[in-house]
Amino acid sequence: MQRFARALVFPVLLLLGWWLATRGSAYSLIPPPSDVAKEMVDLAFGGDDDAFSGTLLTHLLASVGRVYGAFLLAAVLALPLGLLIGRLEIAAELLDPMFQMLRPVPVTAWLPLSMIVFGLGPRSAFFLVALGAFYPILVNTIFGVRSVEPRLFEAAAMLGTRPAAMFPTVVLPASLPGIFTGLRVGLGFAWVVIVVGEMTGVQTGLGAMIMDARQLSRTEIVICGMIVIGAAGYLSDRAVLLLGKRLLRWSPQHG
Amino acid sequence: MDSQPAADAYVAEKHAADIIQADGVDKRFGDFLALGNTNLRVKEGEFVCLIGPSGCGKSTLLRIIAGFEAASDGTMIVAGKEVSGPGPDRGMVFQDYGLFPWLTVRDNIGFGPAARGLPKARIAETVNRFVELVGLSRFANAYPHQLSGGMKQRVAIARVLANDARVVLMDEPFGALDAMTRERLQDELLELWSSTGLTIIFVTHAIEEAILLADRVVAMQPGPGRIVSDTRIELPRPRDVSSPEFNELRRRLSAELHG
Repeated sequence: MQRFARALVFPVLLLLGWWLATRGSAYSLIPPPSDVAKEMVDLAFGGDDDAFSGTLLTHLLASVGRVYGAFLLAAVLALPLGLLIGRLEIAAELLDPMFQMLRPVPVTAWLPLSMIVFGLGPRSAFFLVALGAFYPILVNTIFGVRSVEPRLFEAAAMLGTRPAAMFPTVVLPASLPGIFTGLRVGLGFAWVVIVVGEMTGVQTGLGAMIMDARQLSRTEIVICGMIVIGAAGYLSDRAVLLLGKRLLRWSPQHG
Repeated sequence: MDSQPAADAYVAEKHAADIIQADGVDKRFGDFLALGNTNLRVKEGEFVCLIGPSGCGKSTLLRIIAGFEAASDGTMIVAGKEVSGPGPDRGMVFQDYGLFPWLTVRDNIGFGPAARGLPKARIAETVNRFVELVGLSRFANAYPHQLSGGMKQRVAIARVLANDARVVLMDEPFGALDAMTRERLQDELLELWSSTGLTIIFVTHAIEEAILLADRVVAMQPGPGRIVSDTRIELPRPRDVSSPEFNELRRRLSAELHG
C-alpha cells in the first residue's frame, strides 16, 4: 500500500503542474487535464460523434496485435541467431560485426527505406516494430549464452554429458535469464517504436491515431494516445515479469 | 609353461590394484612448466591428499586425472585406460560447487544418470537413495541458491556418487566453508568413504585436513610443480588432531612444505 502511494507521488505532482500551467488561458496550445480526461471518455465510449469517438478499442487492438506480432517475429529470428552467434565462433565472426553496425541505426531512419521496400501500410509498420524489438533480444541472447559459467560445462562433462548434448542440457537453461531479459526489453522496445511504425500510413493503431490527431491539432487526443501507450506497455511488461518469476524460480535475480 | 600365465595374472592384478597410474606427466602452459615429470600411483580404495602451496601443480594434476586438461607429456592411466577426456568414472567435486542453478537438488543428483540415459525409474530410485544418504530429504526440491554452502557441497558429492564414480576427485572442496561445517563434512566424507570403498584424491592446502583424512599425504612444491614427498598416515581413525603423533606429523609435513 505504501509502495503504491509512493509510486503515485510524482505522477500527481506532474498532473498538478500541468493543471496549474494550463488553467485559465482559454487558447493554450496544451489542453488542461480535464479536457484530456473528457476526450479519453469520448474516445473510449463515444458521445461527441466526431471521427474519433469510440474508436479507442479499435486503435488499441490494432497496436497490440502489431506489437505482439512483430515482437514474436523478432523473437523467432533473434533467438536462434543469438544462440548461434553466442555459441559458434564462426557465426560470430560472420554476423556479429554486421549487426553491431546496423544496431545504432534508429528505427526512424529505416522508415523511408521500409516504405519503399514494404510499401505504405501495415507491412512497413510490422517491419519497423519488429526491427525495434530485434536487437535487444539478439544482444541479450548472445550475452546470455556467452556468460554461461565454464564450470558448468566441466560439471556436465564429468557427469557424462556428451558434447552434442551440452547445448540443450547446459547452454540453453543457463542462458535463460539473459534470454528472458532480452525478450522483456524487446517487448518494451516494440511499444516504444509503435508510433514510428504506424507513421507509415496505416489506418488504425494508437500511432496512427496520434498522427491523425496531430494534423487536426487535436492535442488532447495526442495526449490520450500517449497515456494509453504508456499504460499498455506497462501492463504488458508486468505480465512478462510475472511469467519470468514463474519460469525462472531457480534464479536468485528473478525468483 | 605354467609360470607364464601366473606371471600375467600377477601383472594384471598389480595393474588392477593401481587405479591411477601417472608416468612422467608434464604440463606446460605456454612456456610455463606447471607440472614436471610427475609419477603417482594410487591403489583402489585409497584416500590420497595432494597438498602444497598455490602454484605447486596440485590442482593441475587433479584436472589431468579428471581429463579437463591433457598432459603435455607422459601418460595418465585411470582404471586401465589412458585418460582422453572427462568421464563419469571420475567424479569431480569443485570448491565452488558447480551445481546447475536451474535444477532442484533432486535433479542435480539425477543429472549424471540422466546424461547417461538410464531409465527414469532407476534414476528416481538412485536419486532417492543419495538424497537421503547426504541428509537432504527435506531440501530435495529446493534450488541451489536456497541452500547453504555445506548443503551445496553435499549435493555436489551426492551427484558424483549417484553417477557410480569409481574415483572421486575433490579440489579444495571444503575451502569455502566455515570451520564447523567443514568439520562435519570431513566426518561425513570419511564415513562415506569407509562404507563405499571409493578412491578419493583430495586437494587441499591445509596440512591438518590432509592428515585428518588421508591414507597418504602427497606433498608438492612449485617451480616447476612436482611431488616432493609421499607420507603414509598410519594413525587409526577417528584421528585425534590434538594427539602428539598427529602434531609430530603436522610438524614434519610443515617443515617439508616450508623448508
